[in-house]
Amino acid sequence: MAVNASFTGHTYPATPPYAVGREKIREFAEAVGAHDPVHTDRAYARARGYRDVIAPPTFAVVIAQQCDRQFIADPEAGIDFSRVVHGEQRFVHHRPLTAGDEIVGVLTVDSVREAGGHAMVTTRSELSTIEGEPVCTATSTIVIRGGE
Amino acid sequence: MNRAVLAVSDVEVGQALPPLAIHISRENLVQYTGASLDRNRIHWDERFATSVGLPNVIAHGMFTMGSVINIVSDWVGDAGRIVEYGTRFTKPVVVPYDSGADVVVTAVVAAVDDQTKRATVELTAMCGSDKVLGRATAVVVLD
Repeated sequence: MAVNASFTGHTYPATPPYAVGREKIREFAEAVGAHDPVHTDRAYARARGYRDVIAPPTFAVVIAQQCDRQFIADPEAGIDFSRVVHGEQRFVHHRPLTAGDEIVGVLTVDSVREAGGHAMVTTRSELSTIEGEPVCTATSTIVIRGGE
Repeated sequence: MNRAVLAVSDVEVGQALPPLAIHISRENLVQYTGASLDRNRIHWDERFATSVGLPNVIAHGMFTMGSVINIVSDWVGDAGRIVEYGTRFTKPVVVPYDSGADVVVTAVVAAVDDQTKRATVELTAMCGSDKVLGRATAVVVLD
């Protein structure tokens, strides 16, 4: 099934704010084995110069995947989610995601292309605080495997 | 006591980071499923995973990516100094019920900029003879 290439360049409205929580950061850090106290110890994080505990480098995917869902779940996009595999992921952090942040994401479909019977879609989520401060750019490429 | 962040004067191109060994069990995948909200059944339901043609349950690519970067956080001394991190997912990490999976992570400094105090680190993650991440690169800001 072909992915709708006319979505290339399409930008979605900002997502509702995601509240970055101290305990969610702890839970995520434990799940990936990130033992830096900067994720779990508020006094330690503050002594490092952060306002509160900060998220591990890949935590932004939790918010970025909420952005992606707008496109992937869009029936017009033509994506069969059961055939999706994650091809590539990249984060550029303008500053660490910090407990207490309220983050909105703006999703853009950067490219839709076909190669070797598969479709590849690259999306970009620009994450910023509700005050407008840029925090993270998360870029993801998914591969939609072609039918046998 | 906060440990010191690595100084740019202590880093040079070609330097190897202390390696990292990661053992992955089904329990780790269930824990990551909950923490990340990525509840795709291929990561925790063996019957489902094999029904869609996979050899067994596979780890979330993002679980592997998130675990592998600890090699850099531990080395630099502050996870907040990682300003860029990207990778391709080249091979799935298959996680059998009994044995789990073992990933060995190594990393080498590829570039250092004394002006901006930024260093680029190239990471390699091996599961047996499979290279599970491709072009995995992180950029850190040093002291």
